[in-house]
Amino acid sequence: MTDAPSRPAVEVRGLTKRFGARTAVDSLGFACAAGEVFGFVGPDGAGKTTIMRLLAAVMPPDAGSIVIEGVDAVREPERVRSHVSYMPQRFGLYEDLTVDENIAFFAELFGIRRNDRDARAARLLAASGMTPFRKRRAGQLSGGMKQKLGLTCSLIHTPKVLLLDEPTAGVDPVSRRDFWRILYGLRGEGVAIVVATSYLDEAERCGRLGLMREGRMLYCDTPSALKALMPGEILAIAAPAPRAARDVVASLEGVGGAILMGDSVHVVVDGAARRLGAIEAALAAANVPFDEIERIAPSIEDLFVSLLTEKAE
Amino acid sequence: MMLRRVRAVAQKEIIQILRDPRSLMVVLLMPLMQMALLGYGVNLDIKHVPACVFDREGSQQSQSLLKAFQASQYFSVVESERTYADVTRAIDAGRCKIAIVVPHDFSETLANANAASVQAILDATDDNTANIALGYAQAVIGAASGNIQLERAQAMGQPPPVVPAVAEYRVWYNEDLVSRNYIMPGVVALVMALVGAQLTSLTISREWERGTMEVLVSTPVTSLELMAGKILPYFVIGLIDAAFCLMIAVFWFQAPFRGSISTLFFTTSLFLVVVLGLGYFISASIKSQVGASQIALVATLLPTTLLSGFAFPIEQMPAPIQWLTYLVPARYYFSILKSIFLKGSGIADLAAPIAALALYAAVVGLLAARAFKKTLG
Ligand SMILES: Nc1ncnc2c1ncn2[C@@H]1O[C@H](COP(=O)(O)OP(=O)(O)O)[C@@H](O)[C@H]1O
Ligand SMILES: [Mg+2]
Repeated sequence: MTDAPSRPAVEVRGLTKRFGARTAVDSLGFACAAGEVFGFVGPDGAGKTTIMRLLAAVMPPDAGSIVIEGVDAVREPERVRSHVSYMPQRFGLYEDLTVDENIAFFAELFGIRRNDRDARAARLLAASGMTPFRKRRAGQLSGGMKQKLGLTCSLIHTPKVLLLDEPTAGVDPVSRRDFWRILYGLRGEGVAIVVATSYLDEAERCGRLGLMREGRMLYCDTPSALKALMPGEILAIAAPAPRAARDVVASLEGVGGAILMGDSVHVVVDGAARRLGAIEAALAAANVPFDEIERIAPSIEDLFVSLLTEKAE
Repeated sequence: MMLRRVRAVAQKEIIQILRDPRSLMVVLLMPLMQMALLGYGVNLDIKHVPACVFDREGSQQSQSLLKAFQASQYFSVVESERTYADVTRAIDAGRCKIAIVVPHDFSETLANANAASVQAILDATDDNTANIALGYAQAVIGAASGNIQLERAQAMGQPPPVVPAVAEYRVWYNEDLVSRNYIMPGVVALVMALVGAQLTSLTISREWERGTMEVLVSTPVTSLELMAGKILPYFVIGLIDAAFCLMIAVFWFQAPFRGSISTLFFTTSLFLVVVLGLGYFISASIKSQVGASQIALVATLLPTTLLSGFAFPIEQMPAPIQWLTYLVPARYYFSILKSIFLKGSGIADLAAPIAALALYAAVVGLLAARAFKKTLG
């Protein structure tokens, strides 16, 4: 196994999955190395869950190859199980079992020795602040705790590849921070993490990102490289009625897209200096009040809107 | 197959069963209720059927035949008629359900032909009662005319004649004529078939519906381990249910039990494996709980009631239907239970149906293990 360090933990080529006439995943290719966090971002229906299911070998692909830790996961799904951990989008643990019972169940299925299990469970539960709830039934945990329990169960057998499908959907900010702290720790231990998310701030935490739309990966790079790809510039319009402001500016010449971001509207323009005057004039003409307009560095959201609208045209 | 994983699945399943007291009550009470319902509902015993008699011979023999009727607890002779018209009136008016007409040459034919014909006229508006009453009447007549012949033969110093075969098939191994003796093993077989398949019918579909299956299939657990771990706890519950049902049959409904507990335990276990496997197979094939439970009900109720020999004797079915009955596991269990209850048969006597059940268990087990695929959608 001399080539082990250079071989990616997950290597995917030409991966395709169809449901009837719909192609949920279309010739996907990517790799995720040990100690890397690879994120899939995209709107609902982009194919993220399907990718995770294919990687977890709980669904056979129609074409393509998945190699995990050197094992062909399409041909020999059972041989990759001990390396992989999968947390589905929907909470997949037993609500009528306690936290400890859930952990013990998965430890037994993976054949973990009792001592190892106890030590590891204690450490993982402490890291996620769950120690006081060990005797509580999983069904009585909050959304964030459920997800952390799911993560704990997923990690009880020290997997080399961790697959997370929207792990922090509906999770409170504190639990979310705990969650990511654990993930960074795992990254440090050399676990390859593939995470699907529709939270764009979460995407920014990934080492590399795959931007998905309708089953196709349109871009794949680091968050900063993707931002550099961004055509044009961003103007943030702070306005008391941002919705009205967006409607006015969206159709102006030179505007690629406009999205609501809290109290302001982010507008993608081909040139900030060139379009600023026209935007101010249009807002004034439409009687839409605004406080200030400034040029800002693009966030992942802006990037997303810009890149995906561009590709659509 | 790793026993450790089987144990983990079984433990998990037991915890889930115990934490859901309502379902636990259902699985323990359902068989009791079904036993009571079927035990009384299907109880074909009828007693003191009002009867009238019309003795056209008036001999000592004919009188002793009618006395036998009077003496039997199945009939109450409410009146004696003098003409056919009286008989018809009595039946039409509902004063009696059955009329026994002894022909004028009764003793003569009994002496010559070794069998006499006695006319039974029935009010068949209640078909079921009529059939049973007729069966009783045949039995009573058969026994009485046998006695008459025996007495005569003894009086004349002849060897005892062959007893007429009229009612023989009904009284065989059920000599006191209580239909319940014959019915109770059938009720137990029916209830166990229903309950057994119901027990496991939800176990896989529940995991699909609650979303727990998606994680489960991503673990190293094999379909065989999953099946074994999931069936095991229900096997224990099934045995408890079976013990309840059998005790109700013996102690409450007073069905005579002549066999051994160990034979009963062994054969019941085998039958349980078959029906639990069947329920599991259905559960693995259908992803919704409601669907699985309903299909399990239909798949056990219909074949078991219609084709196990319980409601309709298999020998009287057309040949193709008879072949079909070989596919119904309750057929074997019913015949096993009947033999154990009424004949006291041991395992050696029951080799054929036991082998059939064992084969069935193997096939169902194989199908069930294969029906479960570790993939979604
Ligand atoms: N089991 C399935 N059967 C049929 N269509 C499916 C199935 N799973 C997903 N799809 C379809 O595939 C597409 C991708 O879905 P999904 O992978 O769930 O996307 P995402 O997770 O990004 O929201 C959607 O159009 C969805 O309707
Ligand atoms: Mg999804």
